[in-house]
Amino acid sequence: MPEPVIELDRVRKDFPSRPPVRALADVSLRVDRGDYLAVVGPSGSGKSTLLNVLGLLDRPTSGSYRLDGTETTELADGARTRLRGGRIGFVFQSFHLLAHRSVVENVMLAEIYGEQARKGRRERALAALERVGLGHRVGFLPDRLSGGERQRAAIARALMGEPSLLLCDEPTGNLDSRNTEAVLDLFDELRGHGLTILVITHEQEVSERAARRVRITDGVLVEEA
Amino acid sequence: MDVRDLVGEAFAGMLARPVRSALTTLGTVLGITTLVITLGVAATAGNQIVGRFDELVATAITVEVPESENTPLVAWDAIDRLTRLRGVVSAAAVAESKDSVNLSVRSNDLVDPTRVTAQTLTVLAATPGLPEAARGRITRGRFFDVGHIERADRVAVLGDQAAKMLGVTRLDRAPAIFIGRHAYTVIGILGDLRRERDLSSAVIVPPSVGRRFGLRDVTRVLVNTSLGAADLVAGQAPTALSPGNGDALQVIAPPSPTRARDQAQDDVDALFLILGLVSLVVGAVGIANVTLVTVMERVAEIGLRRSLGAARRHIAAQFLLESTLTGLAGGVIGASVGVVGIVAISAAKQWTPLLDVRLAVAAPVAGAVVGLLAGLYPALRAARMEPVDALR
Repeated sequence: MPEPVIELDRVRKDFPSRPPVRALADVSLRVDRGDYLAVVGPSGSGKSTLLNVLGLLDRPTSGSYRLDGTETTELADGARTRLRGGRIGFVFQSFHLLAHRSVVENVMLAEIYGEQARKGRRERALAALERVGLGHRVGFLPDRLSGGERQRAAIARALMGEPSLLLCDEPTGNLDSRNTEAVLDLFDELRGHGLTILVITHEQEVSERAARRVRITDGVLVEEA
Repeated sequence: MDVRDLVGEAFAGMLARPVRSALTTLGTVLGITTLVITLGVAATAGNQIVGRFDELVATAITVEVPESENTPLVAWDAIDRLTRLRGVVSAAAVAESKDSVNLSVRSNDLVDPTRVTAQTLTVLAATPGLPEAARGRITRGRFFDVGHIERADRVAVLGDQAAKMLGVTRLDRAPAIFIGRHAYTVIGILGDLRRERDLSSAVIVPPSVGRRFGLRDVTRVLVNTSLGAADLVAGQAPTALSPGNGDALQVIAPPSPTRARDQAQDDVDALFLILGLVSLVVGAVGIANVTLVTVMERVAEIGLRRSLGAARRHIAAQFLLESTLTGLAGGVIGASVGVVGIVAISAAKQWTPLLDVRLAVAAPVAGAVVGLLAGLYPALRAARMEPVDALR
C-alpha cells in the first residue's frame, strides 16, 4: 500500500486566549494520492487552522502530521519551509499575484526558492500555463486578466515543481459562477492526471464536485458519505 | 536560491514603484552630493597653490623693530648684512617716530595769502634702497645715496602726493622745502609705490639728517625676497639684522603656501562635512521609513513567498538588497552630481578641478552602506513575520 499524501493523527490546535480556543480537536484524516477532497464548514469552524496546519504554515499543539510519509511536527523551521516549497502548491482565494509582474513571471516565481535550475524555468512556466489554458495570456499583467484567468494563473504557479498536494483555500470565493465552473473543470482535469487536491470551501457547488467531503464543525472533523 | 534570482527580485521590488524609489533616494543623493562636492572642492582648492597667489604679498617681509632704551636693536648698516642673504632682492631700513609724523613742511618762506603753503607731513629717514624696497619708482630726479648720507647733506626726497601738496612740480631749479626752520633741497620724487603706499605723502631724508627730527633708530625694515624664499628669509632676517637680539624683532611674513592650503581646506571642510553627514543620516532615516512602509504594504507578498518555500533569510535578504540598491542608486547619482558640481565650481573659479577616483568609487559605496544600514530593521521585521499572519 503506497504512502498516503496526508496522514493526520489526533491533531490538536489550541490558541492561548481567555478562555483558550480549541480550533482543532483531535483531527484524524488520511488523504491518498489522487484524492479530491473538499473540507466544508461555516466560518470559525477551524477550516483555516486546518489549512495552515496542512500547509505547514502553523504547527499543531499536539498530534502527528505526516506529509508524503515525513513526520512534519518534529521538523525545524527551515526543513518545513523546504518541504512546503517542494511538496505543496497553494491556491488562495485572493490569488496573490504580484501586480507589477507579468503572468509568466508570476508563475516562474514558484521556482526561485527551490533547487531547480534556472535553465528551462521559463519553458516550465509556459507549460504550466498551457496546462491551465492560459497560453495566450503569458505576457499580460494580472490586472488585465479576468478573475477566473487570475485564479488559473495562480493554479499554474502552484503546479510548478510538480507538488504532491494542491492546497486550495476558497479558490472560487472571488469568482462568479461561470469562472467557478471553469476552475472546477480544471480541478477535475488535474485530478484526472493524478494530482491530489484538497479544497477548503463553504460553497455547496464546489464541495459537490469533490470525490470526498469532510465537514468540520467547532474543530471536529466528520467524513460525509 | 540563486543569487541572480535574489538580485532580480530585489530589482523588481524596487522598480515596482519607481517614483517612490526615486524619491526615497533623494536624501542619500543630497548627502552624497554634499560630501563629494565638499571633499572635491577642498582638494581642488588646496591644490591651487597659487590660486589666490599674489607675488607681491608672497615675497614681502616686514620686520618691525621695537624701541629700545640703550643701544639700538638694529644698526643702520645692518641692512648690508641682510642684502647679502640669499633670496633677498632688496631691503631698506626706515626710521619713523611719533614726533616725526606731524611736522610742518613748507615749500618756501614767503607768505602767500592765496595758498596754503604749510603742510603737515610725515618725515622719515631711510636707507638708499628704499625705492626698490617699497617697489616704487623715482619719477623725477634721484634718490639720495651713501655720499649724501655720509656728508649729512640737507637733501630730501618727496613722495608724489607730498610733492603735489607742496607744489613741487619740477626739480631743475633745485627747489627747497622747509621742515621747521631748516631748508632742504628736493632732489627727487618717489612715486608708483606698490608697497608702503603711505610713503607717497611723506618726506624722506637721509638717516644722518633725520637725527634732527628724533629719527635716530631703525624702526622698520622692508625686505623683498625672490619667489619662494620668503619663508627662509623670514627665519634668517632677525639674526642678520640684530645678532643676539633677533628674538626681539617682529617679523611679518606672508603665509606660506602650505599654511594657506590648510586654511582653505579647514574653512570649507568642517561645516559642509557636517552638513553632508547630517543629510546622509536624514537620507538613511528616509530609506528606513519607506522600506518599513513597503514591508507593511507587501505583507501579502511576503506570505506568498513564504508559501512558495522562501525561508526567513530569503525575505530578509530581498528587502535588505532592495534598500541597499536604493542607497547605491542614491550614491551613484550623488557622486555624479557631486563631480559635475566640482567641475562647475572649478570652472566658475577658474581652477583646475581635482577629481579623485577614490572619491568617485567611495561615494556609491557609502550610499550602499547607508541603504544597507537603513534596511536592517525593516528586513528584520519582514523576516520575523509569521506566514500565517502574512497570508491572513
